[in-house]
Amino acid sequence: MSLDFEKEVAEIESRIEEFKSKNPEPTGTLVKELNRLETERADKLKEIYAGLTPWQTVQVARHPERPLIRDFISGICSEFIELHGDRLFGDDRGMIGGFAMIDKHRVMVIGHQKGKDLDEKIKCNFGQACPEGYRKALRLMKLAEKFHMPVVTFIDTPGAFPGRDAEERGQAEAIARNLLEMAALKTPIVALVTGEGGSGGAIGIGVGDVVLMLSNSVYSVISPEGCASILWRDGTKAAEAANALKITAKSLLQLKIIDEIIPEPVGGAHRDYAGTMKATKKTLLKHLESLEKISARKLTARRFDKFAAMGRFK
Amino acid sequence: MGWFHKSKEIAAKPESPKKEDIWIQCPSCKAHIYKEEWEKNLKVCDRCHFHERLTWKERVDILMDEGSFVELNTKVSWNDPLKFSDSKGPYADKAVENCEKTGMKESVATGTGKIKGIKAAIAVMDFRFMGGSLASGTGEKILQTAMYAVKHKLPYIIISASGGARMHEGIVSLMQMPKTCAALAQLREANLPYISIMTDPTTGGVSASYAMVGDIHIAEPRSLIGFAGRRVIEETIKQKLPDDFQTAEYLVDHGFVDMIVHRKDMKDMLFKILKYAGCR
Repeated sequence: MSLDFEKEVAEIESRIEEFKSKNPEPTGTLVKELNRLETERADKLKEIYAGLTPWQTVQVARHPERPLIRDFISGICSEFIELHGDRLFGDDRGMIGGFAMIDKHRVMVIGHQKGKDLDEKIKCNFGQACPEGYRKALRLMKLAEKFHMPVVTFIDTPGAFPGRDAEERGQAEAIARNLLEMAALKTPIVALVTGEGGSGGAIGIGVGDVVLMLSNSVYSVISPEGCASILWRDGTKAAEAANALKITAKSLLQLKIIDEIIPEPVGGAHRDYAGTMKATKKTLLKHLESLEKISARKLTARRFDKFAAMGRFK
Repeated sequence: MGWFHKSKEIAAKPESPKKEDIWIQCPSCKAHIYKEEWEKNLKVCDRCHFHERLTWKERVDILMDEGSFVELNTKVSWNDPLKFSDSKGPYADKAVENCEKTGMKESVATGTGKIKGIKAAIAVMDFRFMGGSLASGTGEKILQTAMYAVKHKLPYIIISASGGARMHEGIVSLMQMPKTCAALAQLREANLPYISIMTDPTTGGVSASYAMVGDIHIAEPRSLIGFAGRRVIEETIKQKLPDDFQTAEYLVDHGFVDMIVHRKDMKDMLFKILKYAGCR
């Protein structure tokens, strides 16, 4: 599936397809022509992705083929033992987690699961976690603390689920509790925004010693559409709201909200899973190695200082 | 996403009683009440117990011993980290307007004072300042006051009145949620009591951070308390919600609030709780 602003790339791609079907086994100048088309495609893709607007970045972050948490787990971890349930109410499929190995590192992986096909999406509530999801996440974090292993969270959610049941079971309390407990957790936390960092639903597992973003992910206090419908009184002004809200990885790095951007392959993570996993794994390993050297006491003090400094401007 | 939709609805809820010369009409039950009675009753309708929203000064006057309140963090003010503008113009203009309207620099006032002789640190949100929204200045004041409480071994009381995080400061507003909770974790580490008082409204990013992690949760009668806005939820689940959804009473029923306390009894109750918590 190609996005609106990728039209020119799609055109070149259809020319390549056409060329290939006409010349199943190209030779000589035909090979040259095919190479020229391939280069043209790569250049165009590079050009488009170098100049993505914030609203276009939102489209990439929400791309239906974008890698999801299970892709990251299978691409980065040599083992994954999934753990289920919050021990209080149920098991939220919109938030998954468990033991995993990243090279020689034992880690607790936790993150939102949006689901691939419609069936799975419905089961996962499209990645909108419920209170039991946040409580499961907390349970696993406490377990990681007990077993002295770092926590790695993968953030990809439109937001916490706005439903009647979720309210009745304390959506607000579940997120608030996580914020407080994560601030005090005596084990390293690496948080990575892979797609959509949707507001309270994202920060509910986002209090990291290190906070990372994939280069085409977004992180915001409200969806651009939601902001547009309130402040512009017009939901179609989402592009303007996306600009104003400063939601791209680059903006967040400038605002010192995140620590590092993981560059995605040209054309976005959905075009090259292997390249995305390689870059992600490399960055995660670097941070795990340095965080594991810090004592728990120093770690929580550093984490406090980091979040306490957010929003100090004068 | 979601919770901010609420602030618009909140703003549309019953406003201040219609100001007439001697009589006031209760915005909720429409009963006519003698203005002097209304003021004497701390802006609560004695027929239907509707609690009007109060300014931070009115709250301090009701809760703290006379002359005991000392304001802290008075230099902290609103910021404009994103240089934000919407269809109505720059956020900076709106913020200045709100400062002039309220005499405040941010949506919360903080300080220390005594409750029947017991000294406490207190943060009082004021809905008049941009819907009591949580932004960088708000978070900083709440954090500084928590740290003051830790340093001086004081109990901490936060009175919330907020539609949630302030969109105009974007992600920086969102980060005030972990920031304030990190400060409260320090308070917990120091074994100091934290009482959260939820007033109308306590929603969105405020309910999903400091308001919901108190040792004790007290709410004023009929306050709106919740995470997402009613309209967003109804659109999501395609169902009408019950009238009492997200009221203080509803939250008691579901186990998220310890008690509902009438405004006139709040000071006495705080005193009792602080005594049980071992404060002097």
